[in-house]
Amino acid sequence: MAKELFDSKDIDRTLTRMAHEILERNRGVEKLCLVGIQRGGVHLARRLAEKIAMIEGRETPVGALDIALYRDDLNIRREYPTVRKTEIDFEITDHVVVLVDDVLFTGRSIRAAMDALMDMGRPAKIELAVLIDRGHRELPIRADFVGKNVPTSLMERIEVELREEGGEDRVVLFSGGERDG
Amino acid sequence: MAETVHLKGKDLLGMRALSPAETELILDTAGGFRDVLKRDIKKVPTLRGKTLVNLFFEPSTRTRTSFELAAKRLSTDVINFSVSMSSVAKGESLIDTAATIQALGADFVVIRHPASGVPHLLSRRLRASVINAGDGTNEHPTQALLDAFTIRERKGRVEGLRIAIVGDILHSRVARSNIHCLRSLGAEIRLIGPPTLIPGEFVQPGVQVFYSMDEGLEGADVVMMLRIQMERQDRGFFPTTDEYFRLWGLTRERLRLARPDAVVMHPGPMNRGIEIDSGVADSPQSVILEQVTNGIAVRMAVLYLLSGRPQEARV
Repeated sequence: MAKELFDSKDIDRTLTRMAHEILERNRGVEKLCLVGIQRGGVHLARRLAEKIAMIEGRETPVGALDIALYRDDLNIRREYPTVRKTEIDFEITDHVVVLVDDVLFTGRSIRAAMDALMDMGRPAKIELAVLIDRGHRELPIRADFVGKNVPTSLMERIEVELREEGGEDRVVLFSGGERDG
Repeated sequence: MAETVHLKGKDLLGMRALSPAETELILDTAGGFRDVLKRDIKKVPTLRGKTLVNLFFEPSTRTRTSFELAAKRLSTDVINFSVSMSSVAKGESLIDTAATIQALGADFVVIRHPASGVPHLLSRRLRASVINAGDGTNEHPTQALLDAFTIRERKGRVEGLRIAIVGDILHSRVARSNIHCLRSLGAEIRLIGPPTLIPGEFVQPGVQVFYSMDEGLEGADVVMMLRIQMERQDRGFFPTTDEYFRLWGLTRERLRLARPDAVVMHPGPMNRGIEIDSGVADSPQSVILEQVTNGIAVRMAVLYLLSGRPQEARV
């Protein structure tokens, strides 16, 4: 069973609102940068940066972060995840880093991402922006900017499909799928 | 969910045993580790609590150090066994040494040995992943992988490139591994050197042999120089080192026969003035020091991918 939660217009409107919220909270783009978590988060971070540029007329640096090397389940996994590129070609020390991910679930990916960021510098502040918050946190982590809160059961699965990956923009809730995350 | 990846085997014994897809996987993964080496904090927690044993029966500084750094960058502990200080010098057999390493709880055993096939023998005796760091004149797979990685970084691809490998092919495990690796990735290989150092077994599809430097270098995208192994030259494969340099040494003039954007590689340590002119080794076309740095990234990728195997595949 699949239920569409967002179509491409919904995603676009939501990202526009989140871009405004990020600017409102940080009073502009001074010392602001966006870092997307591979892979979905990277596309969303780039889109947020485009919107921020349209609103403020200034560019915000965008980076890509791979968390494979920082996961907390490497010792218990059957197989290791693909290692993708981390591309953060700007200074994060003393800057506000907005981490961007598609779905916030257990919070473990965000913990890994924060550890990875700390190895690259000392941000003045880390904020978290997610398109979907599906609940079920296993760590004390919350998002600063949320596209949509979607209460789910552990049996359900959420997929954020983005045009950058070759499909259409949409967010789908599958029931009875295996746990992801 | 993140996609998962792994190599098919428990060990990395040679390029012959790897499929082109596995080779590509190692090179792609190494790209992610190259990023780690560029940072201020060049260490990740990925392989915490694992242990690597360097077991070297031949002198080696750069390969052993490269494996040691690769492991340490991944938070893996390292123990160095070298033949002169261990009980091997006191007459312990290879199998007993292996059993000892097993009992120490090693997850990886990196072995270099003067006899071909020793890593293969050890791999059957050990639960740990065995990585061949050079066995006799057989293979040196991580050198071939770091060479392929360096070529891909510089040229954007390996497929379709004309790659000249120059020198003592006969005694070179680096050449053997590179020929397998680069051919499987679609390169055109040219072997150049004295007839006494290029045996007939190397003539195969995709590999051409040249006894003249000038003919062989023409249009090459990559010129890979091999070290003349002075310790193996007691049987008169060529008259003198001066004569060798005159005929097969890489000079500035000769390098002009290759493509203008050709890169020069050498696995080290170099014999300046014997196989390579000093000025060429230090020229902007030389990527010899990049090879050293890339070697750490490639070895990190190998350790990562050998660790992440499905449990049931473990022996």
